[in-house]
Amino acid sequence: MAASEAELRELMLAGLNGGSAAHRIFLEQVSRLLRGYYKRRLSSNGKGASEAEDLVQEALMAIHTRRHTYDRDQPLMPWLYAIARYKLVDYLRKAAPSFANVPLEDAAAVLAPDDQSSVESAYDLRRLLAQLPEKMRRAIECVKLEGLSVAEAAKRCGMSEAAVKVNVHRGLRALASSMQRRGEHEDG
Amino acid sequence: MKTDNLIAMLSTNVERVDRGQVERTISGAIGTGSAIAFVAMLVVFGVRRDFGDRYAFIFLALKLVFTVGVVAASTLYLVRLARPGTEKTRAMHLATFPFIVMVLLAAASLGLAPTAHWKRMLLGDQWLECLVSIPLIAIAPFAGIVWAVRRMAPTDLTRAGMFAGIVAGSISATGYALHCTDDFLPFVALWYGGTIALCALVGARLGPRLLRW
Repeated sequence: MAASEAELRELMLAGLNGGSAAHRIFLEQVSRLLRGYYKRRLSSNGKGASEAEDLVQEALMAIHTRRHTYDRDQPLMPWLYAIARYKLVDYLRKAAPSFANVPLEDAAAVLAPDDQSSVESAYDLRRLLAQLPEKMRRAIECVKLEGLSVAEAAKRCGMSEAAVKVNVHRGLRALASSMQRRGEHEDG
Repeated sequence: MKTDNLIAMLSTNVERVDRGQVERTISGAIGTGSAIAFVAMLVVFGVRRDFGDRYAFIFLALKLVFTVGVVAASTLYLVRLARPGTEKTRAMHLATFPFIVMVLLAAASLGLAPTAHWKRMLLGDQWLECLVSIPLIAIAPFAGIVWAVRRMAPTDLTRAGMFAGIVAGSISATGYALHCTDDFLPFVALWYGGTIALCALVGARLGPRLLRW
């Protein structure tokens, strides 16, 4: 089912206010839209579902780590679409510079959902995490993978709560950029 | 990795996001960059000595209105460029307004003056110093602004780089104006406007490389 602007925006706002459950539904809905968009765009460039899934995940990382750039008074779809399109252009440019002409389209028309989430991307989370500095890796493992509270994670890692938060934040950003760089490496 | 696993990770213990981070980060970088540019200008050149002179004061004020006007207008646009999806909502005409006014004033003052004075009005005493100093002092604010904009999500990297260059160049020109004693409007239009345009050009070239995310 396609999520509407109003629904998605409400979920996004709840996520910005720290609502984990709402943020999860938001990311799930967005991933369907992204999958539909990237599959259609990539199939016209002779690429398959696995590449599309790489892009879905890269875009999700970008949307999550840069959600502070969403202006809460503006409609959400243009923000989402601008990020989705930016990641596509970046990807195509890495793969083959001549593919980088992506037409500007109406955000609503572009984002049609696709539910097939069984495809795996080429990214290996464990391996990506292993490349992070020790503190960031531990903070992410505790807070984002094991689901410990920040206070518990602080005790476990011997860091202050503020340090845990900063390391989670920086760690996610570092993950996002190593996902982006990885694609570059692979495709030359 | 399955996308569901990624989503599970991202949505575990979600942090609250404060409002206004974009504005705060960018204006913080601009503030720090301005302070560095101002101190650099003080150390290298010092402030002009003829503040007391009424004409000097008026011309200094005019120059500052121009450069600060460019800083303000281009900062507004830079903040828009740092946010995806809002770039096209308002045009960049506002940022060109101070330049147009300055060029018109310069043209008018050339028109009123005898041709024999034109060379002096355009080149002043220190055109070379102006041409070199403004871009050089702009490096510090430019670095700070790039650092801040990289934390956002610019999707038009050339244009974001260009506006980062304009803001940095006009901050630098503001500092330089406090020192510079060439007060002819054609000089200001040519060498202040020109060096800011040069910073815009360099910023536009560097944008796609420096701002990528």
